[in-house]
Amino acid sequence: MKNNLYVITSPYCRARISTSRIMWTVSAALLPATTAAIFLFGKAAFIIIVYSIIASICTEAIIQYLSKKPITIFDGSAFLTGLLVAFNLPPTVPWWIAVIGSVVAIGIGKQVFGGLGQNIFNPALVGRVFLMASWPHYMTNFTLPFVYDAVTSPTPLTILKHSKSLPSVSYWDLFLGLRGGCIGEVCIAALLLGAIVLLFLGYISLYIPLSFIATVGLLTYLFGPTGIGSGDWLFHLLSGGLILGAFFMATDYVTSPLTKKGQIIFGIGCGIITTVIRLWGGYPEGVSYAILIMNAVTPVIDNFTKTRIYGTNIKKE
Amino acid sequence: MKPKEELTKGIAKNNPVFVLLLGLCPFLAVSVSVINGIGMGIAALFVLLGSNLIISLIRNFIPERIRIPCYIVIIATFVTIVELTMKAYLPTLAQALGIYVPLIVVNCMVLGRAEAFASKNNLFSSFLDAIGMGIGFTLALLVISAIREILGNGTFLGLKIFSEFEPAIVFALPPGALLVIGLLLAFLNRKRGK
Repeated sequence: MKNNLYVITSPYCRARISTSRIMWTVSAALLPATTAAIFLFGKAAFIIIVYSIIASICTEAIIQYLSKKPITIFDGSAFLTGLLVAFNLPPTVPWWIAVIGSVVAIGIGKQVFGGLGQNIFNPALVGRVFLMASWPHYMTNFTLPFVYDAVTSPTPLTILKHSKSLPSVSYWDLFLGLRGGCIGEVCIAALLLGAIVLLFLGYISLYIPLSFIATVGLLTYLFGPTGIGSGDWLFHLLSGGLILGAFFMATDYVTSPLTKKGQIIFGIGCGIITTVIRLWGGYPEGVSYAILIMNAVTPVIDNFTKTRIYGTNIKKE
Repeated sequence: MKPKEELTKGIAKNNPVFVLLLGLCPFLAVSVSVINGIGMGIAALFVLLGSNLIISLIRNFIPERIRIPCYIVIIATFVTIVELTMKAYLPTLAQALGIYVPLIVVNCMVLGRAEAFASKNNLFSSFLDAIGMGIGFTLALLVISAIREILGNGTFLGLKIFSEFEPAIVFALPPGALLVIGLLLAFLNRKRGK
């Protein structure tokens, strides 16, 4: 879309930043995690990622063609959504789950609202939640890395939920991704590598991720199994989709608040909901629901933390 | 308005669900399966017919100030008839529809037609209006419940239609109802806008 609001006075320096550049950079920042996922889960992960991305781009193209809008499938946003949908799926799902997830993510999560920049909810998470509600048995069927014969194994958080005791996984295994889980969420090391690149480039700020992660850490430490202050906070930070969600999905520009104060409120809200679901809810993991619920609250947060325009609404002494 | 138009306006042009957006609560709740949808549609059609006829007959005797309580009493009478009949002869359907049969009393569609149409029009027009609106409501229920039952349960009227199909449970849950009606309304609005 061409922006006609040119302001021409001083000799400005034109920044090379654009929506499409940001989208491709974020996708590139997910490359370490993608590589790790394919290394850990093998061909199955690769196939799911490819199907998700193709389905996502095709859906975007078809809907934009049918609604006679300019076709913007090369701006990277559909590619990124497809990749994130795949990251949120267990490696054992059949190919059609990945395709339906991406179609729902782009169709219902994004294009129904009018396309990029108009959506209320993070599209990839809409896809994931749709799949969770529709085919729960596929979406909770995990395998351990390097096990290619479809022997199912619960995630550390599922074990914690059902047996009420911490599973025997070392922090290093959790950090490197040697555990059951969704394709993209397991290898914390690779995710952090990408996140550092994005932080360094200034494409994401620390306000949301840090307040999100810190809130989960603090609350899981406080509300431990044997009383106040006995929780294993490091286990909770390294398991589930917290790192993936906090750095790559909660920070989505479209669906998160604009101001610093708003972003901190958003992060804390996500952290509280995640912890409540993990410790007391019915599901073992709550990052996706937490982010979606806070997405819905974002307009209210934005309204509440609106900055005063200089020179207006001066308070009377 | 011609009698024919009074009859057909409720089916397409002024469809109570897709255009007037009335009676959505029971509509979304019972549209899980086609048989429930048809049962609810016919129950609402009967109540609408009865209340429209009676209200149209006595419209000149009802005092302006207490007209809504009067309508409610008349509607409640017919709902009671439907509820007891259903419990006596169709106990499984009555159980499936549950609280939504008594709740027809406060269905905005029934009350809306009483207030907006039957209280201002003669017996014959009100009769046609009730039939049209009732059929429109039943058809809308049929469409949505067919979509939800096929996608959410893989069946139509309880019969399995695909051998290799894993239903998307979400369509049998409340979010599925909202998704289906939202997308259908968007589609119909787009068609109408042209």
